[in-house]
Amino acid sequence: MEQTVTVFSGFSAQDLLFLGEAALRTLWISLLSIAIGSLLGGIFGWILYETKYWGGILVNPLLDMFRSVPLIVQLVLFYNFAPIVGLNLDAFESGLVVLTMYTAALVANVARGGIESVGRSMRIASRSLGMSYWQDMRYVVFPIGTRAIFPSWVGVALGVMKDSALVSVLGYVELVKASQVLITRTQEPLLIILVVGAFYFVLSYPVSRYSAKLERRWSQ
Amino acid sequence: MFEYNFHWRPVFRSLPDLLEAALTTLQVASLAMTVGVLLGFILAVGRMRETGVIYWFATTWVELARNTPALFQLFFFGFGLGALGLHLSPYLIVLAGLTFNTAGYLAENFRGGFEAIPSTQLRAARSLGMNPLQAYTRILIPQVMRIVYYPMTNQFVWVVLMSSLGMLVGYRELTGETQFFASKTYRIFEYFAVTAVIYYVMVKVILVLSKVFASRFFRY
Repeated sequence: MEQTVTVFSGFSAQDLLFLGEAALRTLWISLLSIAIGSLLGGIFGWILYETKYWGGILVNPLLDMFRSVPLIVQLVLFYNFAPIVGLNLDAFESGLVVLTMYTAALVANVARGGIESVGRSMRIASRSLGMSYWQDMRYVVFPIGTRAIFPSWVGVALGVMKDSALVSVLGYVELVKASQVLITRTQEPLLIILVVGAFYFVLSYPVSRYSAKLERRWSQ
Repeated sequence: MFEYNFHWRPVFRSLPDLLEAALTTLQVASLAMTVGVLLGFILAVGRMRETGVIYWFATTWVELARNTPALFQLFFFGFGLGALGLHLSPYLIVLAGLTFNTAGYLAENFRGGFEAIPSTQLRAARSLGMNPLQAYTRILIPQVMRIVYYPMTNQFVWVVLMSSLGMLVGYRELTGETQFFASKTYRIFEYFAVTAVIYYVMVKVILVLSKVFASRFFRY
């Protein structure tokens, strides 16, 4: 007379759709934070380069905090800090703010290195050709600098894409959170985890290979 | 301005526990780093063979470690292996995940270090009658160490920060312990703020110590 009631249901085609949507959310939050963060990071990098003194004692320690505290702590901290100052942010918005600042902090150093990599004589030459400061920045420093830092920037961007998995702690249903939900329901952890891992790998591996190839070609 | 009463007292009362958890963090990070360095060297040597089973094994390891989120790797050692009937304790999950990740990243650093040393060094050592082990430990590795020292320091900082993922697999290192207290008292912001400070101080101390170390060891 024993009857087993099963609360678990197997992995179905619909779940793939669920994972797909979650993957899009991962992509969306990563793309947004990489785009805004890189822009901010470029500005911070320029500030660090131009204002040696104030940049060194004000901006750098500030950015350093984002690099010296685990991202997961930053996320929880900001998510709980926002309501204190009267901001009503959901998981996506909090995650976006933190990831963006994190990206900006990492890109700032890279960007400063990029500006420094443009030889001094090159800049003196462009100024003596009659270019203004901004023309020198726009037509000389920017093209040469971005090329020099492109591989490290790709490294940072891929890192942020992978770290966006941590936004799951706030309850934002991106890929890793979705996999947790599905694992709880289907009790098939291995299959789902491998699908999720494969997604990140397929996204990250070709990009990192391509950037390594570019780096080799440019360094010749 | 703030419609929120900060309650710092419970945090300070559990500060000894938090500091003890910080030691746990340092302990698991150091162990993962030590094993990671050893494995990283082996993987780097394997990667330099350019062909054969060892090369493919090392390459797979390195690419998987570098192209998937650390959180995914931790979940794999947790749920993934659990599905295969291998149940690791939270401590072992964190240790295995961090070691796997670190070994992969360090292997690439080490490979870069080995490639920076002229191959004549190895041949000269061998022709002086050293066996391969002697040539590596007495000639190559001391030179490689100089090159990879700072990347290694950075990697160690990453390992300390990454160990915070232990919170998500139920390991009570610093972040896990903070989460535990925070959910007991609901003073989430206060607890995580103090934890952020502890991480910041730990990272700074590690960086300063590594500079002192370097000035002693790489004097010549």
